Amino acid sequence: MVLSLAILLSCQLLGEGVARGLNLPVPGPVLGMAMLLVGLRLIPQLALVLRPTVAVVLANLSLMFVPAGVGVVGNLSILSSDWLALSVVLVVSTLAAMLATVGTFLALRRWGQGDS
Amino acid sequence: MGDMAALWSYLSTEPLLWLTATLLAYLAAAQLARALGTPPWANPVLMAVLILAPVLWATSTPYATYFEGAQFIHFFLGPATVALALPLYDNLPTIRKTVLPIVAALLVGSVVAAVSAIGLARAFGLAPAVILSLAPKSTTAPVALGIAEAIGGLPSLTAVLVILTGIVGAVTVTPLMNALRITDWRARGFAVGVAAHGIGTARAFQVHPQAGAYAGIALALNAVLTSLLVPLLVRVLLP
Repeated sequence: MVLSLAILLSCQLLGEGVARGLNLPVPGPVLGMAMLLVGLRLIPQLALVLRPTVAVVLANLSLMFVPAGVGVVGNLSILSSDWLALSVVLVVSTLAAMLATVGTFLALRRWGQGDS
Repeated sequence: MGDMAALWSYLSTEPLLWLTATLLAYLAAAQLARALGTPPWANPVLMAVLILAPVLWATSTPYATYFEGAQFIHFFLGPATVALALPLYDNLPTIRKTVLPIVAALLVGSVVAAVSAIGLARAFGLAPAVILSLAPKSTTAPVALGIAEAIGGLPSLTAVLVILTGIVGAVTVTPLMNALRITDWRARGFAVGVAAHGIGTARAFQVHPQAGAYAGIALALNAVLTSLLVPLLVRVLLP
């Protein structure tokens, strides 16, 4: 587990370093994810090392959003008198984005060999 | 009584108390969700927040004090994002066959997320700063805050809108996809990843590992695309 954490944090550190150093519009952890993917392609045994820890981390991904979520409650007043309009916008726009994404994905699926 | 007050004033300023409280609230939320049969509306993030918020309010604990403990959990968002590489790696053979749907759905979904938010907000007559804070709502928080700042939105409002968007997506995705009888986990996961970033991705992993993997790809790709796209869209739509 310590080795897994060291690998994950090293990738994040590298990602942060490159993203900030080159002023890229990508967050460090996202770049770190890409770097780990390359690492996994080069050294497939890494997957065996990482799997147990990653399983625990991803099974509890929701937990990591709780501190930020609590922050939102204290800040709800920032929505002020616009709260109703903002709620409608958030719900409608999120549903529209999901429908557009899923519709496009399914429409183009047949063009790959991936139709199953 | 004086001892109790002294103990409280010690504990309430130490990270241990609110770190433990966050873990316990999350466990209680997960337990409650399981007891209810994990309905989509019983989102673990939402429920844990609804447990913690009244506790903070009743003990008049400022968010800064709470966060001193909770930051240790918040910190793990970074390594957890890196960890998404493993499901991505596991699904590479399928991903290779779905490159076209992935790229096209990402483009369409990302544009619809931003344009619909801007258009609706304009129709409701919301202030320009509020519209600009809404535009990047579907991407992951650090990226959204950066975009909002760059285009003249209010980062603190954006932070609230991003988290709420994540919860809306996580709560609605399952009933929506079930109602449409969409059974392709790749498409379902990808859609919630584009529209509802990490909180949507967390939901996707709850439902199906392949949905989680595709949500993770969508989250990563949309972080890059939104940061390029939203400033352009804003210039075109809000001259």
